[in-house]
Amino acid sequence: MALLEVKDLSTSFRTEDGVVRAVQGVNFTVEKGQTLGIVGESGCGKSVTCLTIMGLNPKKNTVTGGEALWKGNDLLSMKPSDLRAVRGDEISMIFQDPMTSLNPVHTIGRQLVEAVLLHRDVTKRVARSRAVELLKAVGIPRAETRIDDYPHQFSGGMRQRVMIAMALINDPDLLIADEPTTALDVTTQAQILSLMKTLQEDFGSAIIMITHDLGVVAEVADDVLVMYAANVVEQAEVHDLFHRPQHPYTWGLMGSLPRLEADVDRLTQIPGQPPSLLRPPNGCRFHPRCPYVMEVCKTTVPELLPTQRDPDHLQKCHLDEETKEREAAKLLATTMAGTG
Amino acid sequence: MEAATAMPEATGEELLIVDGVKKYFPITRGIIFQKEIASVKAVDGVSFSIKPGETLGIVGESGCGKSTLARCIMKLLEATDGKITFEGRDITRLSRPAMRPIRREMTMIFQDPYASLNPRKRVGFIIGEPLEVHGLGTSSEIKRRVQELLEVVGLNPEHYNRFPHEFSGGQRQRIGVARALSVNPKLIVCDEPVSALDVSVQAQILNLLKDLQDDFGLTYIFIAHDLNVVRHISDRVMVMYLGKVAEVAPRDVLYTEPKHPYTGALLSAVPIANPDIGRQREAVVLEGDVPSPVNPPSGCRFHPRCPRFVEGHCDVEEPPLYQFGKSQAAACHYPLERWPMTAEEMRRAGSRTSAQPQPA
Repeated sequence: MALLEVKDLSTSFRTEDGVVRAVQGVNFTVEKGQTLGIVGESGCGKSVTCLTIMGLNPKKNTVTGGEALWKGNDLLSMKPSDLRAVRGDEISMIFQDPMTSLNPVHTIGRQLVEAVLLHRDVTKRVARSRAVELLKAVGIPRAETRIDDYPHQFSGGMRQRVMIAMALINDPDLLIADEPTTALDVTTQAQILSLMKTLQEDFGSAIIMITHDLGVVAEVADDVLVMYAANVVEQAEVHDLFHRPQHPYTWGLMGSLPRLEADVDRLTQIPGQPPSLLRPPNGCRFHPRCPYVMEVCKTTVPELLPTQRDPDHLQKCHLDEETKEREAAKLLATTMAGTG
Repeated sequence: MEAATAMPEATGEELLIVDGVKKYFPITRGIIFQKEIASVKAVDGVSFSIKPGETLGIVGESGCGKSTLARCIMKLLEATDGKITFEGRDITRLSRPAMRPIRREMTMIFQDPYASLNPRKRVGFIIGEPLEVHGLGTSSEIKRRVQELLEVVGLNPEHYNRFPHEFSGGQRQRIGVARALSVNPKLIVCDEPVSALDVSVQAQILNLLKDLQDDFGLTYIFIAHDLNVVRHISDRVMVMYLGKVAEVAPRDVLYTEPKHPYTGALLSAVPIANPDIGRQREAVVLEGDVPSPVNPPSGCRFHPRCPRFVEGHCDVEEPPLYQFGKSQAAACHYPLERWPMTAEEMRRAGSRTSAQPQPA
């Protein structure tokens, strides 16, 4: 049995202007020790997907559908008290902005100890030594003394380490990381990513990595979901995704990325901008920006179907497979030069 | 030893020459009698020059002084020391009125397209204001020019009367570009112009900036923390660390044969959007954080984090900018012999002292 199995997940928010369908029909599974990457631009629903699984959306005005089976139990229909027992213990989350997700008026020690005491029947002393142990594991120097410092006494990278320590303190089976390195410098990002990799090896946790950065996905993920305007448009194993991307949006993302390892004179840009989810376009949601648009795209929503070559590679596009193979090969010739 | 200029030789045709610019922010104590107790050395002796039509990329982590440097060049901040020469004229100590005509020649694009546009003004006013300030044309001429500019940056000229909130992030950044362009400047300083944008929109703005450069012969100083973006747009790249120039070189040289270990560490820290390359290489992961610019480390400022740190040399003697070939310069006593290198190789090679270059 998969650790987490998400089936036909959907989330909509009722707003003054109408219903925003933020996530529609998302399916995926996460196995023990695996990393799932979710990639897409702002507003594509990648964060809402995870907030829904964690039950962190505001109760009022939120409608969710589908199932999120955690070890066989549906998180979405669970009693709030049961969900609280899972959240922070078996599943934990790292947020994007370490500056705002730590409480500025409490020492980090108090915040770490609180996380332990909520889920474990241990003394404060034990909880504190566990906190020190974790701070050491994430590479904070002089953890014994720094545990009594306040968040403002740490740099951005150090604060993100504290967040990771807090997320890992109860040995979670699944860690959801929502843009954990976006606010950080490249060298700090490299530190945090390599730290997460080591910790995953040591603790055997599964990770869901939400990011807008294809580079991060390529480095850490095993499987990838590409999301666009509340839908999954492509879903594949990471090598497969980068070697045989099947959706015009994925091509656009790859083409618009300036790269260190390949020379392109002009970036392929995706014209326009992501649609409003209040009034999404008819048919395929990408069709107003798609260079390969056909008549059928404007009226009929494509289904997320496996490719002929690989039943695990799903894509949501009307284009025929031959054209896709050809276009993908063309794109790769320019962007992935230098790899076999 | 004074840092050598980051340029091979001055040929007299440079658009902008920055010579030993320093910017210290005082830290004071006391309310009435303010006493300076220390200073933040945000920019500490930076020299470079830029030719017309060229794009100089400036990269570095947050707090390395790249934005402060840009503000000093634009004279939004008064430099503590050093000399800034624009078109052969020393502008370092010019008064505000004397500076005004020069502001037509150099404009700026800011990072945050949400914060840098006045939410209560219409787009037409925002773009036309520089023209009005400099007295360039009657109001109907200005209106025509603004509509022309909107078209140039890929917006609908009919949106002249809209407010900034009616535009998306990418469109707002286009408005920022149009405003910078309105007075026909020679130099545009772009301070992280795409870092707040989504990837697909980022590509649109980068392409736009390149097109405008081709069409109008613009010179850019392009500041960013994203090495991929800087590589894409720049002719030459300058790497800054803690207020100083670590390395400067033509783009292709810097990205293929970096000499400074910090440049190497930056390059190897960039995630590569290709699972075959990205996972094989061994990243040089730097330890710790950028130290405080109030009390920078002695000797080479990078030494506490450097994999090739040599005790008794790097922490004592500050490296000048050594020249490598015609156009590359790096401030390191033990520059990298080749690239790529793993951290272990860097360390081993670092103990060899024979590779020391001659000071420029």
